Amino acid sequence: MTFTGSEHRQSGSTAVWLWTGGLIALAVAAPHFLYPVFIMKALCMALFACAFNLLLGYVGLLSFGHAAFFGSASYITAHAVKVWGVPTELGILAGVAVAAALGLVFGYLAIRRSGIYFAMVTLAFAQMVFFFCLQAKFTGGEDGVQAVPRGYLLGLIDLNQPLTMYYFVLAVFLFGFAVIVRAINSPFGQVLKAIRENEPRAVSLGYRTEHYKLLAFILSAALAGLAGSTKALVFQFASLTDVNWTMSGEVVLMTLIGGIGTILGPVVGAFFLTTMENYLAQAGSWVTIIEGIIFVICVLTFREGIVGVIAPYAMGRRARPEPPPEEIEVEEEVPSEKIREPVEPAS
Amino acid sequence: MFDWLHIAMPPAPLFFAQLLVGLINGAFYAMLSLGLAVIFGLLNIINFTHGAQYMLGAFCAWFLLNWFGIGYWAALIIAPLVVGLLGIAIERLLLRHIARLDHLYGLLLTFGLALIIEGVFRQQYGSSGQPYTIPPELQGARNLGFMFLPNYRAWVILFSLAICLATWFVIERTRLGAYLRAATENPVLVRAFGIDVPRMVTLTYGGGAALAALAGVMAAPIYQVSPLMGSNIIIVVFAVVVIGGMGSILGAILSGFALGLIEGLTKVFYPEASSTVIFVIMALVLLIKPAGLFGRAA
Repeated sequence: MTFTGSEHRQSGSTAVWLWTGGLIALAVAAPHFLYPVFIMKALCMALFACAFNLLLGYVGLLSFGHAAFFGSASYITAHAVKVWGVPTELGILAGVAVAAALGLVFGYLAIRRSGIYFAMVTLAFAQMVFFFCLQAKFTGGEDGVQAVPRGYLLGLIDLNQPLTMYYFVLAVFLFGFAVIVRAINSPFGQVLKAIRENEPRAVSLGYRTEHYKLLAFILSAALAGLAGSTKALVFQFASLTDVNWTMSGEVVLMTLIGGIGTILGPVVGAFFLTTMENYLAQAGSWVTIIEGIIFVICVLTFREGIVGVIAPYAMGRRARPEPPPEEIEVEEEVPSEKIREPVEPAS
Repeated sequence: MFDWLHIAMPPAPLFFAQLLVGLINGAFYAMLSLGLAVIFGLLNIINFTHGAQYMLGAFCAWFLLNWFGIGYWAALIIAPLVVGLLGIAIERLLLRHIARLDHLYGLLLTFGLALIIEGVFRQQYGSSGQPYTIPPELQGARNLGFMFLPNYRAWVILFSLAICLATWFVIERTRLGAYLRAATENPVLVRAFGIDVPRMVTLTYGGGAALAALAGVMAAPIYQVSPLMGSNIIIVVFAVVVIGGMGSILGAILSGFALGLIEGLTKVFYPEASSTVIFVIMALVLLIKPAGLFGRAA
């Protein structure tokens, strides 16, 4: 099961560093001319989408239940900080830990199936978490957890200052992003890509692909949790929307728009979608309709995503004709543990 | 005969009432997972639009009644036809173009379609439900001695069973079904025998959509006709499909009814878990038999 993996990584390339430096400079300057809460929301969603993309873009596993990790971490952090009164950084750690633990359990079960079944299984587990959050006492049901205090970071830095909070969120995002980039470019990441391209072959080379898939799932869940915990502090609010299946759909859409399997794609997609939602906030269900239309258009005509299309130009590789990212043809369903048997010659 | 029930706490009427609710839910799970399985067999995609098509069926019946004064019995035929034709259009105009890509794109495309359809109806009708009255022939209830059985609910159970068995019969016992099963196994070879597989794919998707719409019409008088009714049920149906495995038609029917019953029973004995029990069973099945109870071992 392989998704279109269009990678434009050039290790050591100056273009990459230029772009990275430019974007970070932009992010540092941004709150002076844009509404900070808006960028903070976009950054949280971007981290969420990057975490999701680690699984879809680099292992080829489409999870339709990532809201479970995002939402539960959001609830745990909100509850820990507000009701237990723990310091902010411990609240975030608690959220990430719960998301990672959920990732361990769900991942352990879900990686037993692949492809479409994997998507359905993760969706079903996420719905289970949703019902749990709907009924549990500490989540406040339909009201959610409101008025979550941001508190002081390490007891020193006042996060109630909008700018301070902004730079804190930016730091969290950059940390999560760096973890993902590091993971993708490590030997571990190479094995993940090998699994994406041809799992039976990776097995035959002696890799315990189940372990790699599970580890990637846990990492993805933990980082999605980090995004959710941060989001709870930004809005000082955790609610059922964070854990609803529509949130899982949104993160899929962000990654699809930005470019599946590209490092920056999910970030671009997250900013795109957050901006759109910002402008259409008054339009009610039109947001859902437009999201649906974007889904259809992306799948039919725009599968490389924004970054997948512009990256070759941005990296200064315009002169050299780049073969377009391959559309992988439908393959016969290959059982994950078995290598395809040779076709019997017709006699 | 049911004396032991008194020991196990819940009074008999409650027990049977929940059993009935479970059976009704099971009937809808069975019909929807049947359609999903048939579509999956030939197109290899999971039809995320299935919930929206179920909702469209219910709304179709509601429009027919409120705009044209056409009643339940005609809606039972018209709504599946309309939604089936819409399904054919979706297959011809959209799904066909991505048939050669990874199947996950099919999931994403149908998910997008579901968002569009649901969004349009939510924009128009909000999240609240519209009532749909039970047809006069099926109003009232009969006393079975141990419980009152509303006639309409009895009809839903019997009719959905009949539909399920008819679908099973068509697929497993007729020539058309044989073509269908052959095309599921090896479409290229079946085409070589001169059978128009692309047309069969189109009709299969239309048929699956029509089946969902039929379930929607039947559900209209029981649940309210609401834009959200599709997405609420479809995720549970996905879990049912994972539990049953997509390999067999009979498996889809059996697991649909059985899980509905289990859900109903959970409502009696441990109500807090009733909305999650199916997902817990799914987790157990994944642990013990990852291919699903009726699925072919992968």
